[in-house]
Amino acid sequence: MFETSLIWNDLWFMIQGAGTSLAITFWAVLGGTVLGIALGLARSVAPWWINAPLGAVLDVLRSVPLLIQFVLANSLKSIVGISWSPFLIACAVLALYTAAYCTEIVRGGILAVPKTTRRAARSLGMSYRQDMVEVVFPIALRVALPNWIGLTLGVMKDTSLVLWIGIIELLRSSQIVITRTQEPLLVLMIVGAFYFLMSFPIARLGARLEKRWREND
Amino acid sequence: MIEIRDVHKSFGQLEVVKGVSMSVAKGEVVSVIGGSGSGKSTLLMCINGLEPIQKGNIHVDGIDVHARGTDLNKLRRRIGIVFQQWNAFPHLSVIENVMLAPRKVLGLKRSEAEAIAEQRLKHVGLGEKLKVYPSQLSGGQQQRMAIARALAMSPDYMLFDEVTSALDPQLVGEVLETMRMLSSEGMTMIVVTHEIAFAREVSNRVAFFHSGRIREIGPPEQVIGSPQQAETITFLQSVL
Repeated sequence: MFETSLIWNDLWFMIQGAGTSLAITFWAVLGGTVLGIALGLARSVAPWWINAPLGAVLDVLRSVPLLIQFVLANSLKSIVGISWSPFLIACAVLALYTAAYCTEIVRGGILAVPKTTRRAARSLGMSYRQDMVEVVFPIALRVALPNWIGLTLGVMKDTSLVLWIGIIELLRSSQIVITRTQEPLLVLMIVGAFYFLMSFPIARLGARLEKRWREND
Repeated sequence: MIEIRDVHKSFGQLEVVKGVSMSVAKGEVVSVIGGSGSGKSTLLMCINGLEPIQKGNIHVDGIDVHARGTDLNKLRRRIGIVFQQWNAFPHLSVIENVMLAPRKVLGLKRSEAEAIAEQRLKHVGLGEKLKVYPSQLSGGQQQRMAIARALAMSPDYMLFDEVTSALDPQLVGEVLETMRMLSSEGMTMIVVTHEIAFAREVSNRVAFFHSGRIREIGPPEQVIGSPQQAETITFLQSVL
């Protein structure tokens, strides 16, 4: 018969960890998306002397491994003397990282709208703003959404890295449980299932939106 | 009345329109023919201010299109333009495509814009396709939708930029038919086209463009029927 020393308390502990993972994901994706939209918009219209340095900064954020960014930010905080909690640091670092990717997604979506389509909008007497709001954004959204869903799912899994700056999120909580129960296989399977349950609704939502839009286009 | 005076237009170093003058009176249909790169499409873009010009001027009903203070968005309400690519707004249904500008630019109520859009779409033979999305239309239907979209602004002038060039041959007829209908209703039109037979049939005048200049302009019987210039003769032989 299947036996385990895993108790409800362990499960509850991991659920709390999952809650932390979700909270970090939420704030990182929210902040990253808002900033990414602003920067992506800026990048699609800004002259090269703004675009080049901005692009370089974003390149750094995308190229340096996230783990290093977490650890560096967490150490810098003590040096600079800001008294942010590790949770806040985690959200901020991950938000910037998300923004770096989101910027390119937004910019790509906007640039995917054919010039001739925008020209047609302007030729009807629509202003630059109306062209943006009524034509460019809706079309760009359809291009960008699948990438944005992918980014969000990636960020959710990347939250597991924050255990290195002392946050007990889902993965860290599972390791604590493993230390006690010595049943890594079972616990990791449960954690995997948790991550799946967290990701699945977002993936489904994306698929549904895509399907609805595809029926039209 | 559209008055074009000594217009020069360059893209960087390349001068594509080299001093064109012509005028189009109310109710007139003027066709512009000529080879690729002769500057005829570019001139069309200059008329509603989509492209700036380097020299000369264009007046539409006395308004200087390229003057500093001209409100181009306001001017463009009166000048409809249809492009070679039909440029449907893919996220909007056919009727929403046509309603968009009347609602946003003219500030009409939804119901008013809907009534106008439905009327224009029926006029171009798309009364059955109101709720359909552009991707489900043929090229010819999309192009007729683009015409209805321009007509929904009740323009005084209509510009057509090689509107049948990107269409399958069997779809050309329906679009030309729609334009024929407009001309018979007295719409003032400038038609850049490669359809010589069509130009001959509907135009009051035909202008032949060659390397950025008007080589010949006059009634179709004259320019197409008995061309005087060597370039015109060569061009017509190559397309007829």
